[in-house]
Amino acid sequence: MSTPLRRQPAVAPWQDPAAQPFLRIQNVTKTYGKVYACDDVSLDIYQGELFALLGGSGSGKSTLLRALAGLVKPDRGRVLIDGVDISDLPPYERPVNMMFQSYALFPHMTVAQNIAFGLKQDRLSSAEIRDRVAQMLELVRMPDLGRRKPDQLSGGQRQRVALARALAKQPKLLLLDEPLGALDRKLREHTQFELMNIQEKVGTTFVLVTHDQEEALTMASRLAVMNAGLIEQVSTPAGLYEYPATRYVAEFIGSTNLFEGRIAAQDEEAGTVQVYCDALEAEVQARYSDPIPVGAQVSVSVRPEKIDVHESAPVADNVAVGQVVEIAYLGDVSIYQVKAASGAILRVQETHVERSSEPHYDWDDTLYLSWGAAAAVVLPA
Amino acid sequence: MTRLDGGLGRFWNQVVHNLFRWFGAIGQEFRAHRGRVLVIGIPMFWLGLFFLLPFLIVLKISLTSALFGQAPPYSPIFDLTQDSTLVLRLTWTNYAALLKDSLYLSAYLNSLLFASISTLVALLIGYPIAYGIARAPPLWRLLLLVGVILPFWTSSLLRTYAMIGILKANGLINQLLLGVGIIDAPLDLLYTNLAVYIGIVYNYLPFMILPLTANLMRMDFTLLEAAEDLGARPWRAFLRITLPLSLPGIIAGAMLVFIPAVGEFVIPDILGGPDAITIGRVLWTEFFNNRDWPLASAVAVAMLLLIVVPTLIFEYVENRQQRVEAKR
Repeated sequence: MSTPLRRQPAVAPWQDPAAQPFLRIQNVTKTYGKVYACDDVSLDIYQGELFALLGGSGSGKSTLLRALAGLVKPDRGRVLIDGVDISDLPPYERPVNMMFQSYALFPHMTVAQNIAFGLKQDRLSSAEIRDRVAQMLELVRMPDLGRRKPDQLSGGQRQRVALARALAKQPKLLLLDEPLGALDRKLREHTQFELMNIQEKVGTTFVLVTHDQEEALTMASRLAVMNAGLIEQVSTPAGLYEYPATRYVAEFIGSTNLFEGRIAAQDEEAGTVQVYCDALEAEVQARYSDPIPVGAQVSVSVRPEKIDVHESAPVADNVAVGQVVEIAYLGDVSIYQVKAASGAILRVQETHVERSSEPHYDWDDTLYLSWGAAAAVVLPA
Repeated sequence: MTRLDGGLGRFWNQVVHNLFRWFGAIGQEFRAHRGRVLVIGIPMFWLGLFFLLPFLIVLKISLTSALFGQAPPYSPIFDLTQDSTLVLRLTWTNYAALLKDSLYLSAYLNSLLFASISTLVALLIGYPIAYGIARAPPLWRLLLLVGVILPFWTSSLLRTYAMIGILKANGLINQLLLGVGIIDAPLDLLYTNLAVYIGIVYNYLPFMILPLTANLMRMDFTLLEAAEDLGARPWRAFLRITLPLSLPGIIAGAMLVFIPAVGEFVIPDILGGPDAITIGRVLWTEFFNNRDWPLASAVAVAMLLLIVVPTLIFEYVENRQQRVEAKR
């Protein structure tokens, strides 16, 4: 997973206690019948962030985004932008614009007319509108296509027109609903970086909704993982991946080996716990951040790439031995499924550092797996 | 002179050459797309048999003179004179009569007025209904559509007669208004132009609603959300987005109401007063009361041209506009 980290200020605003959040979402709740689409969601987002709401379908991420746009009226809760409560404003009075998943370009208008639409609502002079439209077309690198109709554009061009239209009014907050969802894979990767560049150029705060974790990790300054109307965790991409707070996050972001168990012993000096995992029929040593009482039910998560593979028994915090039962060759890496003596299956990832036409290990090979205490994350059960 | 001849010769050569190329192309087209030609051929055959042929017969009759009390009641167009030459006898007198007598012109104008205002009223009533149906949940939509179509199961003639019972001096409307106390004396509704408008709008409303509903159902309502998000109040979003996008539906509905309404005979005859002279009534009178088939045919042809020519021009302009847009 390529994650070019965004250039960030020395102190990220969310770590700076003096920083004032730009967008405050406070206790937003929305139910459809008995289903909570958003369940008491509170979130602070800072000026200039590219914030991603990540979740599966039905997680409530789109409802939250539409509530920010004013297209959904929450049952409870408030939304503040720059200290101003916009909760009761209709969509057409909010300093917020949205890029729709389907782009929602007006088919009977040209590209330029689409971009000018919002400006005309503000009754800008026609000279101003013309300048701003030209500026927006320049920004999305389509200066000559202003007279085309949306159906004469490719998917990628339509996406850029939608972005230009949403940015034309210079909103305080730009909402993006699955902005790259309709593009094919190659174009998507390219567009991710383009979108990030544009965001850096205009400096607008972006909130984007996506179900694609790779997209979210690549683009976002911070992410909120949503599940069943609740926010599971808010963190930076690396924070989410390396320090998941819940089982859901650990499993949703990337892939992981997850074992249920209970705390058998705690070594306060070393900052580690021994977790007895039922599936492994063994104890796993893991580092902890907050003390957990002995006997508590927990889960342990170990990412496949953090496990080392050996042909003979190594010395390490944790060692497991098993036979290869499945091999997936992915080009840059191979994923091995190793069956331990207890019957538990572990996923292990090996990077192909050297060129070879054959996978390193074969089916039924006996492998020793090892990982350090710091690689294992203890999560609430 | 010779140069001119040469020019003309080249011109004719070119015409003949082009004609051959044209026919050749048609032949090739047919061989290449036999299936497509057949598919287009079926409706073409139908229209030819039941529209073009009867029209040509009416056109022929309109160019003859009336022979009252004979069968057929019009003069033959081909005449064999005594010295055995075939003579084509056509006369413009019927069309001249249309222009001479102001009765016909005012009947045409009346018909156009009735049809235009009825179309406008049907649009104003039909649009909100169609919009409501298009935005209703699927089950409701089905029920509402059935509700719109249901009156068609009764003959339009019966429904028009039933209007008499509603509109007459002691009819439903007057009794209701008298009962509530809004009026003291019954209103004159029946045998007025108002009654004709009510009758036409009521009868043709479904023709407005159905194409409009079909059009509005296809519309992507996130476009309205986008418009509101960009700062347009709901009413402006309707004017700038919904209305222009539903224009094809409006045009289709308006055509379906306007065209039959121009030639409408039954409703003005049953519900209208003696001054509600429409082209349909004139046609009826000429055919069945005066038995002047040629004049009646001329009336019919003129009415057809009155409707068809603007329609064709409209279609042509719209097609050209679409082609221009497609080229850009």
